[in-house]
Amino acid sequence: MIIKKGISASPGVAIGPAFVLDTEDYRIPRRTVEPSQAPEQLRILDAALEASRQELAELRVATARRLGEQAAMIFAFHEAFIAEPGLRRAIVQLIERQHYTAAFAFSNEMNRRQREFRAVADAYLKERVKDLQDVERRVLRNILGRAREDITRLTQPVIIVAHDLTPSQAVSIDRAHVLGFALNVGGQTSHVALIAKLRGIPAVVALNDITSDVTGGELLVLDGSHGIVVCDPDDANVERYRESQAEHRRQEIHLKQFRGLPSVTRDDVRVTLHANIELPEEVDAAIEAGAEGVGLYRSEFLFLAATRPPTEDEQYEAFLDAVKRVKGAPIVIRTIDLGADKISAAVGPSRDPNPDLGLRSLRYCLQHLDLFKQHLRAILRASAAGDVRIMFPMVTTLMELRQAKATVADVMEDLEEDGIAFRHDVPIGMMIETPAAALLSESFAREAAFFSIGTNDLTEYTLAVDRANERVAHLYAPHNPAVLRLLRMIIDSGAAAGVPVSLCGEMAGSPLYCKMLVGMGLRQLSMAPQDIPEIKRVIRSTTLPDCQEIARRALGFDNDRELLNYLRDVTREDDPERL
Amino acid sequence: MFCEREAVIRNAEGLHFRPIMQLVAIASQYQSAVRVHHNDRSADGRSPMELLMLIATQGSKLRLTAEGEDADAALTALTELVESGFGEA
Repeated sequence: MIIKKGISASPGVAIGPAFVLDTEDYRIPRRTVEPSQAPEQLRILDAALEASRQELAELRVATARRLGEQAAMIFAFHEAFIAEPGLRRAIVQLIERQHYTAAFAFSNEMNRRQREFRAVADAYLKERVKDLQDVERRVLRNILGRAREDITRLTQPVIIVAHDLTPSQAVSIDRAHVLGFALNVGGQTSHVALIAKLRGIPAVVALNDITSDVTGGELLVLDGSHGIVVCDPDDANVERYRESQAEHRRQEIHLKQFRGLPSVTRDDVRVTLHANIELPEEVDAAIEAGAEGVGLYRSEFLFLAATRPPTEDEQYEAFLDAVKRVKGAPIVIRTIDLGADKISAAVGPSRDPNPDLGLRSLRYCLQHLDLFKQHLRAILRASAAGDVRIMFPMVTTLMELRQAKATVADVMEDLEEDGIAFRHDVPIGMMIETPAAALLSESFAREAAFFSIGTNDLTEYTLAVDRANERVAHLYAPHNPAVLRLLRMIIDSGAAAGVPVSLCGEMAGSPLYCKMLVGMGLRQLSMAPQDIPEIKRVIRSTTLPDCQEIARRALGFDNDRELLNYLRDVTREDDPERL
Repeated sequence: MFCEREAVIRNAEGLHFRPIMQLVAIASQYQSAVRVHHNDRSADGRSPMELLMLIATQGSKLRLTAEGEDADAALTALTELVESGFGEA
């Protein structure tokens, strides 16, 4: 039995046999042949190129139907790549002059091209090496006559174990037979994580070398909620996880009963619960979970998923889709919140030595007004269809807020001239996620229509801790007294000026902090859809005086460990069976 | 016959997947050997990979060359494609 720790990418427990995707390079059995064999090798090469081209054409058509033209473009490109006369010419030369086998010649030429790609200092092109590898594996598989290991042709439920998933694989996932994903690489925002979350498939990523620790068919337990994979588990472990799997389901059924009930405390204080989403499709799950609106729509996902920046119309379509799905409820669209490195993968090359403190998010937008205006235009056009609100991320100075608001006014003027409808009184608010914005919240409250506290970034910037860095991650604590004091300052500034304050960091979805936050004065929380029922349960179980007492005590601590212990005690008292 | 023209990338996304596919499709319709030059790199007009590696973005100035009987016609069609922004914004 081996226990491997990775990063949780999608929650839930899966138990089942491993299906190890052969993502390693194919081993090439023979490198050279007798000169007389060259014609046979040429025939093998041409047959493989043609077979690959046909597969790609099928894949392109199927992808266009299921995911749209833009995703299908990836395979059109792979097709064109294979069809390129220069590629065949180079391989034929190697076969004829060096007497290489078709496989070795092809792999040689592809390696040469991948090296060339890697040598170019451009983030976008570096990513495209994956496309070359995808093409290489496809053609080699055809040359070597291997069976097609598509995830589309699974016959029994399995846990997919792979180094990473390529674009081809990611789109061909057969939900009925995939219990979970365990990957060597990846992060919480990778495409696989997104697909897994959307479809409710448990997933653990960043496992380093899971592919070499597991053989096909071996039993795995995958705990997506905690980022753990147990290879070849003993009976006790299987039993324990089966229980926790059942518990997870019971819990879901139990929590379902809260979905239709109002989110009020026992003494009738309303706390509005909103959802954080990345894709329009997630709105349905959010409403199903009991969300009264969308408190944070991360619009940058459009930019991450594309191979190029999305056009105004593409952005508009996505926003409109989301707005229609919330059916009149409020929807807060946050403008692009990406580091320059992420945007540039779609826009063009740039370098930032310290991305978190660099040209990112709103700063980037204010320096690239064309991109920003196009983005705002798409949001404003969608605002005609519902209760859309605009929110700027990563504000540090008052000037930035003013400039961003002025840009919105400009775009509104353009729309007016073009006779295009939009919501004239669209509320314009801001994230408070830098200590600077928190400390100046009193001033910001005079110019922003609402605040939303981004506790993830606020904690990182306040404590100067990158929580993705395992060597300092233990210092990351949103309940650090320094962070809590900033929270109190923001909430008080909002209350004094009559500016609504919401909180949309991960803190909002944790039962541990819920009562304290309500006690500090928050009446709006925005969280991942799956956290809503649990938070509603906590709210319905408490009273405002209780919450205020917890907040008062919590703010008295000057040490995050003691504070955490206190919050744990309070949460346990509340529901002794659950912790 | 050898011809040479210049064209500026107009579309916002630059020379990425879709524009490259269009360019390759048109270049393949002609007999002449077409090359696309940008900064110090040059690409075969029929090679998607080489074209991608030009890293031509909005505003990039391309130099197109063609050698062959229909060189002039090929370059006319290609400069028009590039200057029209590949039919995109």
